Amino acid sequence: MEKEAITVGVLALQGDFEAHLRMLQQCGVQGREVRTVQQLREVDGLIIPGGESTTIIKLMQRYGLDEAVRQRAAEGMPIYGTCAGLIVMAREIEGYPQQPRLGLLDVAVARNAFGRQVDSFEVDLPVPRLGEHPLRAVFIRAPYVTRTGEQVEILAKLDGKVVLVQQANLLGGAFHPELTDDLRLHRYFVEMVRAHRKQQ
Amino acid sequence: MNEAEKATWRTKVGLAEMLKGGVIMDVTSPEQAEIAEEAGAVAVMALERVPADIRAQGGVARMTDPKIIKAIMKAVSIPVMAKCRIGHFVEAQILEALGVDFIDESEVLTPADEQHHINKHAFKVPFVCGCRDLGEALRRIGEGAAMIRTKGEAGTGNVVEAVRHMRAVMSGIRWLQSLREDELMSASKQLQAPYELVVEVHRTGKLPVPNFSAGGIATPADAALMMQLGAEAVFVGSGIFKSGDPKRRAKAIVDAVTYYNDPKVLAEISEDLGEPMVGIDIRQLEEKELLAPRGW
Repeated sequence: MEKEAITVGVLALQGDFEAHLRMLQQCGVQGREVRTVQQLREVDGLIIPGGESTTIIKLMQRYGLDEAVRQRAAEGMPIYGTCAGLIVMAREIEGYPQQPRLGLLDVAVARNAFGRQVDSFEVDLPVPRLGEHPLRAVFIRAPYVTRTGEQVEILAKLDGKVVLVQQANLLGGAFHPELTDDLRLHRYFVEMVRAHRKQQ
Repeated sequence: MNEAEKATWRTKVGLAEMLKGGVIMDVTSPEQAEIAEEAGAVAVMALERVPADIRAQGGVARMTDPKIIKAIMKAVSIPVMAKCRIGHFVEAQILEALGVDFIDESEVLTPADEQHHINKHAFKVPFVCGCRDLGEALRRIGEGAAMIRTKGEAGTGNVVEAVRHMRAVMSGIRWLQSLREDELMSASKQLQAPYELVVEVHRTGKLPVPNFSAGGIATPADAALMMQLGAEAVFVGSGIFKSGDPKRRAKAIVDAVTYYNDPKVLAEISEDLGEPMVGIDIRQLEEKELLAPRGW
């Protein structure tokens, strides 16, 4: 067998998790909704979707998923957060020091940094790692990264603002490829999951 | 350098997508908004009066005072929605100028136009509209609504109308799916809905925009019931702040929308929530007291 079968979980507490499951299906990968610690044990990688970061982190805490995800992340499981997912993964949230977070990615993020909903936008975003053609990136009440630690690689910037980062097994983006038909970023993450699975 | 495009259809429907699996709570003050956010609400609806009080007090119900909306926007970091009257596009212009994140063109307020809804395509801010069946949903989407909610009967604490409307929408979708392609024009005529949207629903088996539920949800079990019937998120109006212990109830309803398919979790979170809001038997209401028939 050339490619080992992997299962990619999508945290399904709140948000656009169905859109991510659709992307995974289009990538030809088994996707799975994750709502419990038990379900988390059965996946090889995890996507934390867009949604409301305050809602998602609260539900994670109430059902023990915050600790469980931290543990899997420390073991090297790949995690990809989009928008709210990026905020949940960040070490620091500007202006909201009290907001609980996983603190996995060594970055600071600013919430709703491009403005309120009427300022939401889409744009062609160059992401050299994914090839020559830019990605159609949809930003909805989106955050951006305001500080990156030494281990953090910047994969995309928009007008000088950092909007896509990677730190080893962790990937975080401010925008929503799952609302488009461009599978490249999901494929990139799926390859991270495959590589991790191979090592085990 | 390429230009960013603001307020596209994709960003409007996109925000509705982000609210899926969540609870949108009616609030009338910054304090209530903070309680809602703390409980895990994905958004709040900024109101002067909750529907139960609008129902009790009568008179003409209008857009909320901008001062209250601004205070609520300042108090929380989650999206803030506000209601305008059906057809009152100037109230909508004012709400857009305030920077609210979503406008609800709502039957809970007294309609300003008995024939026309707002042309919602003309706005940068996304709109949600109520419906009682598939035809009404598709007419609103045709006018530019980026989210649909079934109407239920607001301010009653009685879920029966919400159930009726959600079942009507979902069975309407299943009916469309079962048709042959050459039957869709006739279906469009029957539903009084745009043909292109009828074709899309026939093809995809779902509404072109997220489909939420509202009007009468008062308990975690009510919320889970609507999710199991096909709602993708719920609005809770009077049900929280007209109950005995709003904090606990709000939190329990948030959890219920996530774990709607897990009766064990639902049993745990339904325990000891204090008094629910006092409900109204809808059969005891007169026709003129009903809010759901408003809208056309």
